[in-house]
Amino acid sequence: MVSTEDYGQFETAWCPGCGNFSILKTLKESLVESGLKPQDVLFVSGIGQAAKAPHYFRCNLFNGLHGRSMPVATGARLANPDLPVVVESGDGCNYGEGGNHFLAGLRRNVNLTMLVHNNQIYGLTKGQASPTSDEGHQTKAQPWGNPEAPVRPLSVALAMGCGFVARGFTGKPELLKSLIQRAMEHPGFALVDILQQCVSFNKVNTLAWYRERCYELDDSHDPSDWQTAMAKSREWGDRIPLGVIYESRERPTFESHFSTLKDGPLHARRRNMQEVARAMGAFA
Amino acid sequence: MHEQALHIRIGGEAGQGLETLGQMLSKILVRSGYELLVMQSYMSRIRGGHNFFSLFTGNQEILGPGDRVDLLLALTAESLDIHREALAEDSLTITGQKQADRGAQAQLVIPFEELTRKTILQNVAALGCLCRLISLDREQAAEVVRDTIGRKHADLLQENLEALDRGYEWVESQGTAFSGALPPPSRSEKKLTLNGNQAIALGAMAGGANFCSFYPMTPATGVALNLIAQAEALGIVVEQVEDELAAINMGLGASFAGARCIVPTSGGGFALMSEGISLSGMTETPILIVLAQRPGPATGLPTRTEQGDLNLALYSGHGEFPRAVLAPGTPEECFHLTYQGLNLAEAYQSPVILLTDEYLADSLRSVAPFDLEALPDIVRPETSGQGREYERFALTEDGVSPRRLPGTGEHLVVADSDEHTPEGHITEDHGVRNRMVEKRLAKLQGLRGEAIPPEITGPDLPELLLVSWGSTKGVMHQVAHHLAEQGRSVASMHFTQVWPLNPAQFLERFDAAGKTICLESNATGQFEALIRQQTGRSFDSRVHRYDGLPLTASFVLDRLERDGSI
Repeated sequence: MVSTEDYGQFETAWCPGCGNFSILKTLKESLVESGLKPQDVLFVSGIGQAAKAPHYFRCNLFNGLHGRSMPVATGARLANPDLPVVVESGDGCNYGEGGNHFLAGLRRNVNLTMLVHNNQIYGLTKGQASPTSDEGHQTKAQPWGNPEAPVRPLSVALAMGCGFVARGFTGKPELLKSLIQRAMEHPGFALVDILQQCVSFNKVNTLAWYRERCYELDDSHDPSDWQTAMAKSREWGDRIPLGVIYESRERPTFESHFSTLKDGPLHARRRNMQEVARAMGAFA
Repeated sequence: MHEQALHIRIGGEAGQGLETLGQMLSKILVRSGYELLVMQSYMSRIRGGHNFFSLFTGNQEILGPGDRVDLLLALTAESLDIHREALAEDSLTITGQKQADRGAQAQLVIPFEELTRKTILQNVAALGCLCRLISLDREQAAEVVRDTIGRKHADLLQENLEALDRGYEWVESQGTAFSGALPPPSRSEKKLTLNGNQAIALGAMAGGANFCSFYPMTPATGVALNLIAQAEALGIVVEQVEDELAAINMGLGASFAGARCIVPTSGGGFALMSEGISLSGMTETPILIVLAQRPGPATGLPTRTEQGDLNLALYSGHGEFPRAVLAPGTPEECFHLTYQGLNLAEAYQSPVILLTDEYLADSLRSVAPFDLEALPDIVRPETSGQGREYERFALTEDGVSPRRLPGTGEHLVVADSDEHTPEGHITEDHGVRNRMVEKRLAKLQGLRGEAIPPEITGPDLPELLLVSWGSTKGVMHQVAHHLAEQGRSVASMHFTQVWPLNPAQFLERFDAAGKTICLESNATGQFEALIRQQTGRSFDSRVHRYDGLPLTASFVLDRLERDGSI
């Protein structure tokens, strides 16, 4: 049996009241309830306060460069398809710096879960606009208001054919837990965009701001209907939907296209010198 | 200078089947028992332009390209004009009827339209003509056509074989004699026809590489394509990615999880990978990067050659961390250094860069098959390590920590691009920082200690010492032979490992030379500067070429004579 103690308790570098605490606690509970041991999963993160999260529980971790979690995670999946992979980073890392990799990961349908701590602001660099900051959002770096329209990550994911698109919120930990669990069970790319407060640098999109607007999707929402999902993914402002926006298992995973992966992890392979000799012979 | 090899040049435009023709002729020559070296010149376009394929062949080993053309096949009228200046005194020029009608003046005009009904078959008819002119065996030629065309387009094989025959017979019927026809071959043992990229791919296969992420870029793409051709048979995962940032990071993710990785690119792509190279250094994740150089800056001359990226390879990536930079000079060295590079990357858990260039990457040569039995053992990560307690960055004397893989036991593997504790977690402790910097740099001492020494030939106390690195090896030996024949006392020194250098391996010989000369295909003498930085020694003279073409012996001799060095 796995317990929360197996995942440990560590001191963090986060501000008191940060939404990351809630996500970390919920994530640990999700892993425990899924029956996964710390050594059974690999977390890949980038740079930012969110990307530090996997340092604060026991797990395998590759904490790489800003924006590059996706390709690192994809490489790990291709090298060892038996090892579940979770990408965990912030909105700037995944949607901004790593934007092209986000698109490529969705196109590939890599079998992994992407958890995006989305606080609509750059926290670690002290309060500049992020790719998800609303248009007009004023910061020290955007004193006349953010001139750019925000990325709509759920719409982008849907447009690229993603098979699991969900939104969670730190104010609804039980919902978030179930979303993370379902995402990890999904065979293919699963996106969970997690709305969270930044108590130090986002004075607009506060916990109260989100609480006023967020609502859970009920049974009247059909997550298998792509058109409805696309419309839901664009709902933002006075009302913000939470839950599984879209789910489909139609697309084959990226890994399934590589016939050589049927033989298991690459580290267990040994060279086949007869085949090398044959390949060499083709040049004679 | 006297050029011994027979030089056949085939000129034309992209889309005329020039490369297929050149490759088939190359294979026929090598299978017949002749030695071969090919120099290709192509423009960055899919159709049109002017391309040529130069083959140097004969019974003796061919070290580098020559300048005088003995046999020119011009597939366009323009081609005759372009290469007229390069023709040797007793050369033979050939062209087609159509080109002759457009004013091309050749000694032999082939009526291609009579020989084949289809334009697409003209290159094979031309191959038949060339084979007859230089006295190659007709059946040997047919065999290569069968292997090349028959494998992919069985339905087109018969008409190709007919076109080959027609060409062969037409020359016979004309009774044309070519003074450069080849003497009987003196070699009976088999050789391979390999270019640098193919040799790298074979070295990677032999070295157990099973992962390659790449973004297409001339002249490196061939490495990935050759791996893809064997991916299923050898269990190699090859993925064409969205950009070079993804290529290097995907390679590192795969390597972290236990794959053996090779990432091929050229200068521009490599520049994009810089941050990833630094990440490899910090997370101590093994990776072999092939940097096939072409002239820069920026897009430069995309299909030409240069050794202009040595500094890029040496200094890419922010921060201080160990790396090795290897520079093969021949397809043989491409094979062995790729094999060795994969091992070095794993042994020192560091980035290793293999520096080639367009000339070497595309140059087909006759190469003795590699002795696969004689290769050294493969260095692997520790997959048998058991137990929960494990520190990925455990402090050790040589700086190398046992490398376990995630998901292979109870232990956890934690790697971080931030400065980290031995467990791999973020730290800002200055004491830990010092120990980690020192641990990483300790690996540089190991790499220096087992540096591949330069290959030194010739007298101990020479009047002249020629120095090369990477692909300038062959031309250096050509120049050395030529000067030795003239009675000069010449030694040569070829570097295949350009970083880290171990001066104890070569300083004595360097200092013993009367005059030292460095040969480089770049404008600023990057290797010469590196030697000066590492040893305090200066060269007496140098030859640089940076027009996008490879160095040739006559180019080098001409420069050395002009500046009074020889």
